[in-house]
Amino acid sequence: MIESIISSIGIGGFAGSMIALLIKIAIVFGVVMLHVAYATYFERKVIGHIQMRLGPMTVGPHGILQPVADGIKSFFKEDVIPSGADKAIFKLAPVVSVFAALGCLAVVPFFDGFVLANINIGLLYIFAMSSLSAYGIVMAGWSSNSKYSFLGGLRSTAQVISYEVALGLSLVGVMILSESLNLTEIVNAQQKYWHGMFIIPQFLGAFVFMIAAFAETNRAPFDLPEAESELVAGFFVEYSGMRFALFYMAEYIGMLVMSSISVLCFMGGWTLPPFILEVFPSLAAVPGLVWFLFKIYFHVFVYYWIRSTLPRFRYDHLMSLGWKVLIPLALINIVITALVKYYC
Amino acid sequence: MPIQKGKLRKKELTINMGPQHPATHGVLRLELDIDGETVVKCTPHVGYLHRGTEKLGENRTYLSALPLTDRLDYISSMANNVGYCLAVERLFGIEAPERAKFIRTMASEMSRISSHLLWLGTHALDIGAMTVFLYAFKEREWILDLFEMLTGARLTVTYPRIGGVKADVSEEFLSSLYKFTDEFPKRIEEYETLIDQNRIWLQRTKNIGIISAEEAVNWGLTGPMLRGSGVDYDLRKYCPYDAYDQVEFDVPLGKCGDTYDRYRCRMEEMLQSNRIIRQCIEKLPQGPIMSPDAPKLTLPPKERVQKDMEAMIQHFVLITKGPITAPDGEMYSAIEAPKGELGFYFISDGTGRPYRMRLRSPSFVHASILPKLCEGSLVADVIANIGTIDIVLGECDR
Repeated sequence: MIESIISSIGIGGFAGSMIALLIKIAIVFGVVMLHVAYATYFERKVIGHIQMRLGPMTVGPHGILQPVADGIKSFFKEDVIPSGADKAIFKLAPVVSVFAALGCLAVVPFFDGFVLANINIGLLYIFAMSSLSAYGIVMAGWSSNSKYSFLGGLRSTAQVISYEVALGLSLVGVMILSESLNLTEIVNAQQKYWHGMFIIPQFLGAFVFMIAAFAETNRAPFDLPEAESELVAGFFVEYSGMRFALFYMAEYIGMLVMSSISVLCFMGGWTLPPFILEVFPSLAAVPGLVWFLFKIYFHVFVYYWIRSTLPRFRYDHLMSLGWKVLIPLALINIVITALVKYYC
Repeated sequence: MPIQKGKLRKKELTINMGPQHPATHGVLRLELDIDGETVVKCTPHVGYLHRGTEKLGENRTYLSALPLTDRLDYISSMANNVGYCLAVERLFGIEAPERAKFIRTMASEMSRISSHLLWLGTHALDIGAMTVFLYAFKEREWILDLFEMLTGARLTVTYPRIGGVKADVSEEFLSSLYKFTDEFPKRIEEYETLIDQNRIWLQRTKNIGIISAEEAVNWGLTGPMLRGSGVDYDLRKYCPYDAYDQVEFDVPLGKCGDTYDRYRCRMEEMLQSNRIIRQCIEKLPQGPIMSPDAPKLTLPPKERVQKDMEAMIQHFVLITKGPITAPDGEMYSAIEAPKGELGFYFISDGTGRPYRMRLRSPSFVHASILPKLCEGSLVADVIANIGTIDIVLGECDR
């Protein structure tokens, strides 16, 4: 769409496609940043109402401008760097975190045909990028020269490495069924089935993925790296101002990325299941982006719901859950999927 | 201690948890030596909130030391006030009238509910269940509003007086409190739906911080800490004071003395407190609220002081010298405060001020068992253990 507009005004070839790509990146970046700002608002409202209070109410009607106020505040806050800190790494850590989170978005198709880089190893690329975010946390924890951040960094390393395995294995079933690693093709593959969603044959994989995604994004009940009652704020305890906000952004983008992978791989992405379309044919007229966002925000809501309901895991329970429950479940899922795929 | 292992030196990481730490409930400081996530050594440091309550008590008359006790365990100031007043009454050999006894019992149980709600909220928050905290605070707010109706203050009430209570209860207050007691058991069920059967909660509390019955007695634990280990010791039953001998209630006991048992104990205690409050409202007798002997110990009303010579002299003497009828001797008197046995010990030399005032505060005793609970456990369990001993530093440091 954007490409055709660019070529119609006379810029063709490589330059044209580059400009089109830059415009797309700007759109995605803008939308995602707005999402991050309002995801914090959404979270505070959802958790607030679950806890029978109102959440932000003062800035703007129903506190709608609260994210803007928070953003301005974090820009103008003093940026404190502890005197014993390793300055270069301290400054680099939040950048690495945000970079890794934003990088994942490059391969996420928001609706049919709208993807920044339609590469055929999309899923692998996302695994690689999301593992990089652990580096940001480890660097932050190490360079702050604080024992609490150090502990948070260590916990996070252990957690992300353990759950990365389960996360990767849980998606192997999807790869077997769709015979592709490209996210657009995975969505299209789901359309060939009557259910239109891999969550039905891959319920075990989807279950493992959901839990591992919580751990991967350091969200409750797996928020051990930043456990406020134990480690105060964990790895970013020494950060302030915009650097702190960058970690926050990384966390919320991470949630968005994990939700979108879940939507793309298990819930049919921007498409509706065929059996629903047969009953309500008029729903086909609704743009795919609407369904995609609807499904994503359902996931995001679940993140908030879980956070306000469950207590925090203990470190050793977290490890035993990851290695003794999730990974075996994911392996069983792979074996069953492979057998079914081979013999049926 | 550095351990020599070939050329590598291995040393525990010492972290300082507190005095400014969200989970140390005030200003408790723990010095933790950790090996990975395991705590090797735990040393509690207290004294950051020391205000010299005991010494101040020696320099004040028996009347004017009462507000100091509010600030001990500031979450259940009513229980402290009652404990102090009872101790002074026993020293002077007077007794509060029946109506005052029932009001005190009722108010003490209200403060027990308020204290346990705060404990539940913060304990759950420390373990990560954030919503329980806000639910519990909603009911606590209700209790504080009721305190405001009863006494005019929400937190530091200074409501009981030596020989009775400050003011009589109104019908309006009693009916509001009765409404609360109707509603409260349902709210307890609500908290329990969130955590009671939650697998993460069970993992975090079952078999954590086990104290056997024998150890609990040897360490001098009292209150839910002792009863969680299965020792049936409750001062309200064992040596009843106020109106506790006229109301029916059970003493909930734990079995294996872990964090979960203590949690269950406190939850049950809240229901029992609710029961006691209901009975107090139903059985509340008519009559005076101050003992007939109390005039020697209580300031006369202000309007009388300005008109009546006798009243003015009494006022003057009480303020400057204190109640000079104090007998010589010693007195230890304890009550079952929400956190455990709260004892007041006086040595009287016959003047209006105690020669020595000493407090036996449950939080201080309970803090001493922290190293035993924490050593060998994980960092996350330290938080659960601090939560389960229900420590208030105002009382611990005095």
